[in-house]
Amino acid sequence: MAQTITEKILAFHAERDEVRPGELIDARVDLALANDITAPLALEAFRQMGAKRVFDPAKVVLVPDHFTPSRDIAAAENCVLLRNFAREQELENYSDVGRVGIEHVMIPEEGLALPGEIIVGADSHTCTYGALGAFSTGVGSTDLAMAMALGEVWLRVPESIRLEYTGELRPWVGGKDLILFTIGKIGVDGARYRAIEFRGPAIDDLSMDGRFTMANMAIEAGAKNGIFHVDRKTQAWLEGRSRRDYRIFTSDPDAAYADEIEFDVSDLEPQVAFPHLPSNVRPVSEAGEVELDQAVIGSCTNGRLEDMEIAAKILAGRQVHPRVRTIVIPGTQAILKEMVRRGWMLTFLEAGVAVSTPTCGPCLGGHMGVLARGERAVSTTNRNFVGRMGHTGSEVYLAGPAVAAASAVTGHLTHPAEVMG
Amino acid sequence: MAGMILEGKAWRYGRNVDTDVIIPARYLSLTDAKELGEHCLEDLDPEFINHVEAGDIIVAEENFGSGSSREHAPLALKGCGVSLVIASSFARIFYRNSINVGLPILESPEAVEGIKTGDRLRVDLEEGLIENLTTGNNYRSTPFPSFMREIIAGNGLVEYVKKRLRGNT
Repeated sequence: MAQTITEKILAFHAERDEVRPGELIDARVDLALANDITAPLALEAFRQMGAKRVFDPAKVVLVPDHFTPSRDIAAAENCVLLRNFAREQELENYSDVGRVGIEHVMIPEEGLALPGEIIVGADSHTCTYGALGAFSTGVGSTDLAMAMALGEVWLRVPESIRLEYTGELRPWVGGKDLILFTIGKIGVDGARYRAIEFRGPAIDDLSMDGRFTMANMAIEAGAKNGIFHVDRKTQAWLEGRSRRDYRIFTSDPDAAYADEIEFDVSDLEPQVAFPHLPSNVRPVSEAGEVELDQAVIGSCTNGRLEDMEIAAKILAGRQVHPRVRTIVIPGTQAILKEMVRRGWMLTFLEAGVAVSTPTCGPCLGGHMGVLARGERAVSTTNRNFVGRMGHTGSEVYLAGPAVAAASAVTGHLTHPAEVMG
Repeated sequence: MAGMILEGKAWRYGRNVDTDVIIPARYLSLTDAKELGEHCLEDLDPEFINHVEAGDIIVAEENFGSGSSREHAPLALKGCGVSLVIASSFARIFYRNSINVGLPILESPEAVEGIKTGDRLRVDLEEGLIENLTTGNNYRSTPFPSFMREIIAGNGLVEYVKKRLRGNT
């Protein structure tokens, strides 16, 4: 039977020749991860299960990235739980403040997420690793505890939808604009329980960083996973990074899809998602006059090197608007080092930007840029729900790094071409 | 959950009730269900927590529990006394988490349409039968797949894994 890439990966890990959408399977897990918010509950469930050792200390990763460097005593105590567990279980890939990065930026960078694998994480944005041709999905803490204990997860095989992107992207349009546009079209539950397969010439042209951004927000359409095929760009990116051998799976040409949608994106403009849903999307030229108090450039969605490069290009020789507190947060220490090497650090500092150590921080209203009542932020993060970045009376406008940086300069939502000429 | 009959009053909400409003991230350093429950839904309906009673039932439209994977969301609902969530549909991670932590959930778009805040409901979980005692209307929900019924009947995923680990050693 013809199968999709998602079905083939699931079948392989369930030791089956094939699986069909709707079937429940027990699948082998190649990597299980949790962060400083979800790990404490997972470790409690792990102990309640009577588990003594993790299934493989090389394949369980705990990442203290959300409220770190610890924002308060409660957060600090949660980190102690992670640190002690990592030591006790001799986890091979544990790192802490000063070395750690945002989980979904760091894990692929470290070569810990690979094509053809099944990766589960107690964080909804675990779907990010679909960019590498892996089946990767978010689960809760108890599911994660089971994966840590047994190296297995139960899954319902999802139906797949195939999204085909044609045409050539215009300047200042990237992965974030493609995914916001997509969520605007199909809605926040448009892919609920389903696998999204991202295909087409515009996807082939997209950088790896752009693909990570798209896969990252598959959950914002309700998807179980978002997945890309492995091509030469993927393999080049993995060169020197991958820690294990990997296996490449490909959808059969006659595989069955629950839906197939084609988007011609040749005229696509940079997109902005207005409060309070990621699907509330408009082209930036139709944003109207939206005055801003803060701009955040970072997160597991857009905290990668290419995002920093775009922001640096726009902010070079310019000043951010006096009213707009601009916060740049690179996803990992490696990216931060590269920012220093390439001179972008000085670019940001001279533009009047606060540069932070890697953290999820403001994305979920944790710390490092929480909003007051009535304040508005443009942000390269992934959610703009009520109260997401702070007070319930604050507003978050989601955009890519080009729009965020240009808007930081003008003080209102702005097309990057307006600043760059 | 087999044979369980629940009775309580309904709290009716709209589409896309996300995990950030079920339990805001500022409280995510907490792990205790009761403590989390004190802040349940406060960003969506500040009155809820002042008036919710043990056994009450949340009734909401499509995509309940969308957003983050935080298990704190079903824990907060349980912690403030909610006995059941009925929705037109659920976001998938929330659906898994609810089963795993033992918060009953039912999918029934028809019931959601026919229920208002304050209605008294009686629900037979095994039969998937929802009675609106205020209006006298009855509704059916989609039954759980049998694998999930096994997990629920075995007192959640923790017990399921415990048994598996015992079997292995």
